[in-house]
Amino acid sequence: MSELTPAGGHGAVPVDGVPAGHRAETPASRSDWPLWEVFVRARRGLSHQHVGSLHAPDAAMALRNARDVYTRRSEGVSLWVVPAAAIVASSPDEKDAFFDPAADKAYRHPTFYDIPAEVKHL
Amino acid sequence: MDTTTTSAVATYALRLGDDALVLAQGLGGWIARAPQLEEDVALANIALDLLGQARALLTYAGEVEGAGRTEDDLAYLREERDFVNLQIVELPGGDFGVTIARQLAFSTWQLALFQRLVDSRDETLAGVAGKAVKEVAYHRDHATQWALRLGDGTEESHRRMQAGLATVWPYVAELFGTDELEQGLVRDGVAVDSSTLRPEWETYVGRVLDEATLTVPDGVPTIPGGGRRGVHTEAMGYLLAEMQHLHRSHPGASW
Repeated sequence: MSELTPAGGHGAVPVDGVPAGHRAETPASRSDWPLWEVFVRARRGLSHQHVGSLHAPDAAMALRNARDVYTRRSEGVSLWVVPAAAIVASSPDEKDAFFDPAADKAYRHPTFYDIPAEVKHL
Repeated sequence: MDTTTTSAVATYALRLGDDALVLAQGLGGWIARAPQLEEDVALANIALDLLGQARALLTYAGEVEGAGRTEDDLAYLREERDFVNLQIVELPGGDFGVTIARQLAFSTWQLALFQRLVDSRDETLAGVAGKAVKEVAYHRDHATQWALRLGDGTEESHRRMQAGLATVWPYVAELFGTDELEQGLVRDGVAVDSSTLRPEWETYVGRVLDEATLTVPDGVPTIPGGGRRGVHTEAMGYLLAEMQHLHRSHPGASW
C-alpha cells in the first residue's frame, strides 16, 4: 500500500496512485490501516452482496469488524472481506466505451419469448 | 425451595446481574472515544450484550425477591453498598490496554461460568446463561484478538498491554472467590462454584498471553476484595453517580 491513500470511500475505489488530501497525523491513525470491502450473504441461497467498507489492520480483524459494523441487526449468515486494493475496478473514463454500446441492444434481453404458464421464476 | 434458598437465588442473580450492568456502563464510556470507528461499534455491541444480560438477571432477582422491585429500581435506586458486583468490573477503563486486559480476564471467567450455569436446576438462570454463552464467546475472542495484536505489536503497544495486565491482575483473585451463599446454591444444583473455574481460566489466559509475548504479572499486591459483600473501590461511586444521575433527577423518565 502506498504511503498516502485516500481515507474512507465506498465501493471499489482505486486506492493506489490517487492523490490523498493530507498525511496521516499519527502513525497509529486508522488512515494507515488498509481498506477492506465487506460482502454479506443475507441467507442461504442468495449471493454475497457488497454492503460497504471498513479499516482494519489485518484480515482476521477485518472479519470481526465487519461482523460488528454490518451484521448487528441480523443482516447475514456469512461474511466476506476483501482487501480493497485487490479489486480491479473499471474507470469512470472508460464508462462510455464499456457500457454505452449495450444500451441500444434490447434484443439481448430475453423479452421476446412467450413464456409457458407452467414456467415459474424466470 | 425454602425461603432461605429463595433469597439466596435472588442475591446470586443480583451478583451476576451487577457484574454485567457495571461493566456495560464502563464500556459505554468508550463510545465515540475508541481508537477507531470500527472498535467503537465493537465495544458498544459488547456493552449492549452485557446490558441485556443485566436486564434479564436483575428482573429475575426482583421477581424472586418478591418485593416488587423492577430492573430499573435495582439498577438506579440502590446505593453503592447494595451493589454486589466484583471489583474488577468497576475499575476505570479509560486506557485501552486496561480495557482489553479486563475484557480478557472477565470474559474468560464469565464464559467458563455460563458454560456451567446452563446446567443449573434454576431454569431462568440456565436460560440466561444459554443465551449469554454465544455472546460471551465473542467477547472473549474480541479481547483475545486485541491482546495478541497489542502484545505482539509495537514496543509501545506491548508496554501498554503489559501495564494494563498489571492494573487488572490484583482483582483477578476475587473472580474465584466463593462463600457460604454460593456453596449452598452449588449443593442445590443452582449455582456454579467459582473456585472451580480457575484451572480453565489460567489455561486459556496463559495461552493467550504466551502467544502475545506478554507475561503474567508477578508480585501482584493482594487486595481485600469484597465486591460480593457490597465493598467497592473508589471508582464505583463515580460510576454509579453517572449511571444513576438521570433516573434520580427525573424519576420515571423514559424515552
